[in-house]
Amino acid sequence: MPYRTIQLTDRIDNAIRSNMRILATSGLMVGAMIGMTGCVQLTAPDKPIVINLNINIKQEVVYRLDGDAKDLINEEADIF
Amino acid sequence: MFDYVKNNKALAILGGLALTALVAAPVMAQRDPAYAAARSSGAIGEKPDGYLGYVTSPSPAIKALVEDINIKRKAAYTRKAQETNSTVEQFAFTSGCNLIMRTVSGEKYQTPGGSWETRSAAAPMRDARCP
Repeated sequence: MPYRTIQLTDRIDNAIRSNMRILATSGLMVGAMIGMTGCVQLTAPDKPIVINLNINIKQEVVYRLDGDAKDLINEEADIF
Repeated sequence: MFDYVKNNKALAILGGLALTALVAAPVMAQRDPAYAAARSSGAIGEKPDGYLGYVTSPSPAIKALVEDINIKRKAAYTRKAQETNSTVEQFAFTSGCNLIMRTVSGEKYQTPGGSWETRSAAAPMRDARCP
């Protein structure tokens, strides 16, 4: 019998804990969302956002490949 | 005996020349006349990405020609990218820098802004990353 009581309180305890956890998590999420909205509002640009698709082509890479590109153009003159 | 060697040498040189001509033939391959004509007429031009583009609405023949060359170019870029441990886009872009530089007066090329320009004696407008 005492064993059962302990089990019951344990369950209640767990339930409270899980509720607290949910509350804490949602509280955090709400906080984060408020924070994010604030952030977006602060940094929203009035100009359109331009995404540069060539961002992965760095000048140093172009310089490194230049000789090989010249060779290819000379080797396969019919397609260039 | 000496004559034989001499003759042999002459033959070897001739053979060598013939071989060089055979090996050199594909390397020396020049542009197809239809492709050369489309370039000089300004119907097609060089793009900064290393491929050919249409300056004006293309005829089916020009469309087929450009698509064929661009496929061959992509294959060549892919092979070279693997050899140089780079990406196809990186190699194609570097080639584009060179191809725009090599356009001759009257040929078309695309600026980084996307507009088509006719090459003059002056240096072409290229991407700031071009060597």
